Amino acid sequence: MEKEFTLSIFTENKIGVLQRITGIFTRRHINIDSMIASESEVKGVYRFTIVVNCSLDLIKKVHKQIEKQIGVLKAFYFTNKEIVYQEIALYKVPTKSFSHGNDVENLIRNHNAHILTVEPDYIIIEKAGHKDETQELFNKLLPYGILQFARSGRVAVSKQIKEITAYLRDLEEASLYSEKELLLNNK
Amino acid sequence: MDTQAKTKVEEKRKTKIRVSGAEAIVRSLLEEGTDLMFGYIGGAIMPIYDVLYSYQDRLQHVMVRHEQGAMHAAQAYARISKKPGVCMSTSGPGATNLITGLADAMLDSTPMVCITGQVGSGLLGSDAFQETDVVGVSMPVTKWNFQITKAEEIPEAVAKAFFIARSGRPGPVLLDITKDAQFAELDYSYEKITQIRSYIPYPKLNLNAVSQAAEIINAAKKPFVLVGQGVLLSGAQKEFKEFVEKAEIPVGSTLLGLSAFPSNHSLFTGMLGMHGNYAPNINTNECDVLIAIGMRFDDRVTGNLKTYATQAKIIHIDLDNAEIDKNVKTDVAIVADAKQALQSLIPLVNSNTHKEWIESFSELRKVEIEKVINKDCNPTSGAIKMGEVINKLSEKTNGEAIIVTDVGQHQMASARYYQFNKTQSLVTSGGLGTMGFGLPASVGAQIAAGDKRDVYAFIGDGGFQMTIQELGTISQLNLNVKIILLNNNFLGMVRQWQDMFNEKRYAYTELTNPDFITIAKGFGIEGKTISNREDIDKTLNDLITHKGPFLLEVKVEKEANVFPMVPAGGTVSEMILE
Repeated sequence: MEKEFTLSIFTENKIGVLQRITGIFTRRHINIDSMIASESEVKGVYRFTIVVNCSLDLIKKVHKQIEKQIGVLKAFYFTNKEIVYQEIALYKVPTKSFSHGNDVENLIRNHNAHILTVEPDYIIIEKAGHKDETQELFNKLLPYGILQFARSGRVAVSKQIKEITAYLRDLEEASLYSEKELLLNNK
Repeated sequence: MDTQAKTKVEEKRKTKIRVSGAEAIVRSLLEEGTDLMFGYIGGAIMPIYDVLYSYQDRLQHVMVRHEQGAMHAAQAYARISKKPGVCMSTSGPGATNLITGLADAMLDSTPMVCITGQVGSGLLGSDAFQETDVVGVSMPVTKWNFQITKAEEIPEAVAKAFFIARSGRPGPVLLDITKDAQFAELDYSYEKITQIRSYIPYPKLNLNAVSQAAEIINAAKKPFVLVGQGVLLSGAQKEFKEFVEKAEIPVGSTLLGLSAFPSNHSLFTGMLGMHGNYAPNINTNECDVLIAIGMRFDDRVTGNLKTYATQAKIIHIDLDNAEIDKNVKTDVAIVADAKQALQSLIPLVNSNTHKEWIESFSELRKVEIEKVINKDCNPTSGAIKMGEVINKLSEKTNGEAIIVTDVGQHQMASARYYQFNKTQSLVTSGGLGTMGFGLPASVGAQIAAGDKRDVYAFIGDGGFQMTIQELGTISQLNLNVKIILLNNNFLGMVRQWQDMFNEKRYAYTELTNPDFITIAKGFGIEGKTISNREDIDKTLNDLITHKGPFLLEVKVEKEANVFPMVPAGGTVSEMILE
């Protein structure tokens, strides 16, 4: 059975890591629903957040393949219950759409959106939320005219207790251990 | 800074010398113990070749006739010498010609370090002459790859490449080096790499899993061990033998696992999978515990996963965590190097006997002998069979030679009828099934074996023509390679499928072949053709004592099929005998 999973992938900041990760999905014919990347709380460590729809069995296999890539420090997969997540959407609407009473103003208030900038021709509205929430505002703004609409990929933090800094310490130790083994086997 | 530390730093500074990037590459290769490499020169790699010219006394370079040949030769060299294979080529077409070999080495876990030249860094992305995005193209078929655009990056990149290629589950790596980085100078010093933060080649052994495995093995009435190449790669042959002898467990082998355990051992039951032996396939679905060591449950081994060993408890020992539960769900997984895992497992397993169970293999073996093996190895009429030639050579060489094969019917016949009594004896393309692998691989295998062991290459007429140009390399180096061309004028394995599944619609499988002996002569290689059964014996004797390369062409039965067989996606226990 297919389900929505969010992957949090921590990597070194190296050219090509992204391509290695996306290749794992491409090869298995899995479509990526959303993806973002930026530096994490640890300097030099990047966090990729990828949303996919697939079976639990498949996400487990994909997760192992991702962790196998050199340059990937740690990867996790979560169901939506295990994370707090958010997306951001920007709506560019004509300024004249505000001239019909206070309909649009009410929409902004009711949806917890806010205005970023006002120009003579257009106004930019920003809303953060889950996809269905940003979509709902989109649908409601549509009759007033939308010049542009852009939605970000999902950002997510996990509810789990152990943080990436702790995992990184484990990794340092584990990769050191492997050095000992290497010498032991004299390979 | 105290004086002592200061001196140390100064010493270190002193050891740095000013060299070109090209020279840094060659010096780094020497630091990693490379004394032999394979390759093909071209524009973007010329600076490195210019350095190689002055290093010929320390670093031998084998100039092949096509870059794909360099890869397969280096792969075979790696498998026999147990050192990473090193391969070099130019940019663009030279680099893309490596891809088949990279894919082959990736699937068969062969440690390889490949170096490709690249256009100058200022030209990257401009569609310059012989520019290809080699890092992008090779990404799915390398364990790791990296583009070097600055000479200073060279020592660390090479050190990383060797560390990654040979540690953990081995695999191919590729370094792409721009021409300007080869020309530029750097302050060179070399330090080996033994740790990369995002890479755990040898995970900590889970002792709990080991004792769980031992418990299951000790309680088993009908245990069965599958041996894969992981045992060879980890050098665990001794431990493996000790383990199966102590617990008295019969052994089935994957194609690449052959020669990890002697074929003439009483516990050896044969090869697994599609064209493996009857007993190990049938009893896969009879055993109560299946212990897989250093193998990955390839579909050619398992057939239909839904009906594969569903009655058995599965213990899977493999160094690659991504292999665990990939195809077959395990009851106990030990993510470890085979040697390390076996060393801790052996003391925990009880000495045991499984007489009746082992006899059940012998009974099935008798069926296969009667229905298949006798017909293949001891025919009295009709054209020569592949099996009888291989079986004869096996007897005459005592099962102690190195066998190289190409891909197809002759490959399966070689795996089935050569007795691998000595370890590290089979070089074949398993996972990728690369036709054209055999002839170049025989180059690398022979160079690695030197005069210590004899190398025989069984090759079909289809695969032979895919890389036939490497006869030039064999001739130039006067390599002691004995090529046995099993010629049926067909792409035999595909023809067999057409025979069985396409109502004999032989689409493009019949070949009109050249006179192979004349071709060999053109390369300065002696050759002989036989087509009569009575000539086999004497010709093989001559072949064995012949010094230097030799091509023996054996005209074999045109439309013979390899049996037994588990049709693709079929159930292993429903293997068909004829």
